[in-house]
Amino acid sequence: MSLERLNWKGRLTCFCGIVWREALRFAKQRERFLSALVRPLVWLFLFAAGMRTVQGFPPDPPYQTWISYEIYVAPGLCAMIQLFNGLQSSLSMVYDRETGAMRTLLVSPYPRWFLLSSKLMAGVAVSVVQVYAFLLIAYFWEIEPPLIGYLLVLPALILSGMMLGALGLFLSSAIKQLENFAGVMNFVIFPMFFASTALYPLWRVEENSPYVADILRYNPFTYCVELIRFALYAQVNWTALAVVAGTTVLFLGAAIYAYDPSKGMIGRKR
Amino acid sequence: MACSKCLGITGVSHTFGKTKALQDVSLDVAEGRFVALLGVNGAGKTTLFSLITRLYDNISGSIEVCGHDVRREAGPALAQLGVVFQSRSLDMSLTVRQNIRYHGALHGIGRREALKRGDKALERVGLLDRADAKVATLSGGQIRRAEIARALLHDPKLLLLDEATVGLDVQSRRDVVSTVRNLVTNQNVGVLWATHLFDEVEPADDVVVLHKGSVLAKGLASDIAGGRTLSDAFLLLTGVSETALAS
Repeated sequence: MSLERLNWKGRLTCFCGIVWREALRFAKQRERFLSALVRPLVWLFLFAAGMRTVQGFPPDPPYQTWISYEIYVAPGLCAMIQLFNGLQSSLSMVYDRETGAMRTLLVSPYPRWFLLSSKLMAGVAVSVVQVYAFLLIAYFWEIEPPLIGYLLVLPALILSGMMLGALGLFLSSAIKQLENFAGVMNFVIFPMFFASTALYPLWRVEENSPYVADILRYNPFTYCVELIRFALYAQVNWTALAVVAGTTVLFLGAAIYAYDPSKGMIGRKR
Repeated sequence: MACSKCLGITGVSHTFGKTKALQDVSLDVAEGRFVALLGVNGAGKTTLFSLITRLYDNISGSIEVCGHDVRREAGPALAQLGVVFQSRSLDMSLTVRQNIRYHGALHGIGRREALKRGDKALERVGLLDRADAKVATLSGGQIRRAEIARALLHDPKLLLLDEATVGLDVQSRRDVVSTVRNLVTNQNVGVLWATHLFDEVEPADDVVVLHKGSVLAKGLASDIAGGRTLSDAFLLLTGVSETALAS
């Protein structure tokens, strides 16, 4: 191989190739797309519809009027899609490691941090498509954020997708076998989702239990939800932005460390 | 860029916890040479391959690919390297061409160029007519040949093959071995061929005998055999029983 290809143009080609492969795999796995869509829709159509009869929420930023439960829960469901997608990507990393496909990626001459970040971004691109498909359907269920919100939510989705993907990437380095993955799903996805503001606002939880509210406050997923919620209604939640950006750097750094052959955990495994 | 010494390994050791997987391993692969790395299962062949491909980091000794140290200059070293792993590493849900395009991208080769090179590489391994077939529909031997074509896409100077013929029928094994030997003869590629199957080694090949993580012998296959069959010489060197060898 010509060493000239190790330049930035070569890296761009490499990045596009990784995204292309992820998109191709995603397009071939229709059931993955459907399940990613059905899960939040079940919450929206059934759970949220049921909850609508018992409560609505008074005006509280970013909302300026009383809102129905469906409207409240929609951004949390967008984040849920990304949470599942991030962890699903890590599942595919563990699978790739077991089948040997991971080696194909890691023997590329480009730096490992670059390869892993590219893989992460490819997963984020897939999750963004899923979220927009969900928002499109939700629009017909009277979840109608301002049109500009659909555009402004994009950077929020990219950032939150990166945070959750980086978490998945880190977990994939720590999981030795595919069989252990179900346990991680139970210990990561469900606690993260239920102990966040995806389903109930912080102030309401605080009224009932300040301790539980503290758990919500320390859960980085809460900030993904809020970042998306505010962006969807054309506002910026600066605290959420800072926490999500910081946590992304932390998780990604940990994942790159774990996959580094000279430092991390991969070299210690057989 | 030509390089006379495709691979130079000097004094490499590696441990997994308290288990010593490799101890002071040194070997060379010259340009246009077929070097057989002989060892039973668990000898340390795959660990050595993982170190050369930088899946693991070598703590002691040095590994150079075409003069580039894999730790200090990982990019240029890996750029000169083509690998066929022991486990299948093609994406079974994609076609051969799609896999090749993906591999090209991982080496910075654009779509058009990758497809052009890919067709050439597939022709070289006699698989061009199956380029648009899903990998899942190929036979074991065809998958191996597709992996070789993929490994050749970026014109590597060194080709590593880890037990590339395991699980293949006799005809497929012959095809794979002859494909690789043609590359050595016609393309001047240096090959490190890890195997425990002695009939794949010819008298004029270089051989490195690896046992329990240490190099027991290296030299021409005919010299190591010394008038016996290579397998007899191997059994004598390693003290492995014939039954253990067969398994």
